[in-house]
Amino acid sequence: MGNGNFGIHGGQYIPETLMNAVIELEEAYNRCKDDPGFNRELTGLLNEYAGRPSRLYYAARMTSDLGGAKVYLKREDLNHTGAHKINNVLGQALLAKRMGKTRVIAETGAGQHGVATATAAALLGLECVVYMGVEDTIRQALNVYRMRLLGAEVRPVKSGTGTLKDAVSETFREWTARISDTHYVLGSVMGPHPFPTIVRDFQAVISKEIKEQVLEKEGRLPDAVLACVGGGSNAIGAFYHFIGDESVRLIGCEAAGRGVDTFETAATIATGRPGIFHGMKSYFCQDEYGQIAPVYSISAGLDYPGIGPEHAWLHDTGRAEYVPVTDEEAVQAFEYLSRTEGIIPAVESAHAVAHARKIVPNMAKDQIVVINISGRGDKDCAAIARYRGEDIHD
Amino acid sequence: MTRTADAFAEGKAFIPFITCGDPDLETTARLVRAMADSGADLIELGIPFSDPTAEGPVIQQANERALKAGTTTDKVFDLVRDLRRDVTIPMVFMTYANVVFSYGKERFCERCREVGIQGMILPDVPYEEKDEFDPVCKENGLDLISLIAPTSEDRIGRIARDASGFVYCVSSLGVTGVRSEITTDIGAMVRLVKQAKDIPCAIGFGISTPDQARQMAQHADGVIVGSAIMKLIAKHGRDAEPLAAEYVKQMKDAVRGQG
Repeated sequence: MGNGNFGIHGGQYIPETLMNAVIELEEAYNRCKDDPGFNRELTGLLNEYAGRPSRLYYAARMTSDLGGAKVYLKREDLNHTGAHKINNVLGQALLAKRMGKTRVIAETGAGQHGVATATAAALLGLECVVYMGVEDTIRQALNVYRMRLLGAEVRPVKSGTGTLKDAVSETFREWTARISDTHYVLGSVMGPHPFPTIVRDFQAVISKEIKEQVLEKEGRLPDAVLACVGGGSNAIGAFYHFIGDESVRLIGCEAAGRGVDTFETAATIATGRPGIFHGMKSYFCQDEYGQIAPVYSISAGLDYPGIGPEHAWLHDTGRAEYVPVTDEEAVQAFEYLSRTEGIIPAVESAHAVAHARKIVPNMAKDQIVVINISGRGDKDCAAIARYRGEDIHD
Repeated sequence: MTRTADAFAEGKAFIPFITCGDPDLETTARLVRAMADSGADLIELGIPFSDPTAEGPVIQQANERALKAGTTTDKVFDLVRDLRRDVTIPMVFMTYANVVFSYGKERFCERCREVGIQGMILPDVPYEEKDEFDPVCKENGLDLISLIAPTSEDRIGRIARDASGFVYCVSSLGVTGVRSEITTDIGAMVRLVKQAKDIPCAIGFGISTPDQARQMAQHADGVIVGSAIMKLIAKHGRDAEPLAAEYVKQMKDAVRGQG
């Protein structure tokens, strides 16, 4: 795998203290990925415990309402713990056990990855500590409680802006202090090699299933696959097995916050430029001196100033498109899908739904669009109510 | 012409680190001059970064204060140009990859040469990614300082063979910051470096007291202190100068076995 480069992006920009740890991880992963025993165990957990394969659901009412392409929803929200995060976490937790680690640490934004990690740790008997920006512990109080209930310790991160990027920094700091018994379960397709590759491989089950399911239902490939992008793990998972199918448009929906012409945005491709941060070369929101920008989105899970290196490369090569979606558009889509299909999507996933509402009406009726519903929206109800001026308690 | 290696020419070196612009650049200038006058053999000038992932809380907060005070890379270059009117000891930058990359690495290294910087330490650039910066450093006569850590083990020989200036030996796991005890076998790390290349070794991370400095200096050619100095500055701000000067004197004496 070399240094894990995707075009000019990727690499291993981390302190020397961590180098042997990521080399050990790469070696362990290379041993496990083609090992029938490892794969049997992982597939067993994904199917029996997490509830895979997830459904590819034909959204008939949304299709008829929008009056264009047929809309399918990939229901990652139906996975155990309510999001796609469990796919990666079960893989990495098994890997941690194979490496003889007894403790896992993780960062979390919205709390979905933290909950998934705490869940896998409970299941596999690993000690678990989750780092979460102090702002996010307030926005996502319910998930903090869930993690504690599952036996994990949640450490609020007060440094910097107190959001996802600071949680990632703090988890890296903690990892440099304690490596021998600890594996860092990174939650997205970001960070130093081999993480972007490992996480992508564990999430690629999403596009593998979409492909099988859409071929079975429609006898052909979709015309477009849409997913929200923060770091980009659900998106790369949904795109991966279609990258070679040039006829399939791959559309990543970034969080524009209050708009890409404001400072309150997290749309990395739209407003960022190449940089080196959190172990990787990729696109980052930053000022003229390379100081990382304090980004903003209503969605804690997309509130990150960078994007995974493989997405950066898919953008450079033009294979995937990246579009910004504002808070307001996402909130409207959150409400729209709830009322139209009876499915409350995560506010993250609602960014993809919002963009689908823009493009589907302009597509032909015999075309097919797949939206990855990466998570469920129960966790977001209090925040959306607040956005609408209603004060409910979590 | 000043060279990084000059720091180690007259015996064991004491190397203070300071975050530029905390609390302001005028204070940084006074502190650097005071430390140079008090026996510092090389000074690490930190260019502040928004997300310093290798730093503990003390230097993280120093970075935040410096950025809030309006410190920029260009202003730090101006500071160095001013310092070079009278400061003759070697000075290296300590910052993060994105500060250099985003400025344009060629432009950054050319400016380093112009203003009189001898090298740079980038804690998020390991051996595997050295080629991103090393060629352009070399073109401009700058040493890209290599780091080794307690976890480096079999990597030490390879890293040392390609090192220039000095090797920065990280004393402990974790991030920068004061520690009461250092348990790593520093002597063994340094021996592995010296087997691979005849190059000075300086030890940093966690050192704050003269006793620790004396002990570490027995194993290496120099001792680096950052957080302890930044703590003084956090507490005393613009009035830290005499305290920092006195501290540097004590540490230098300890390193040279005279304290």
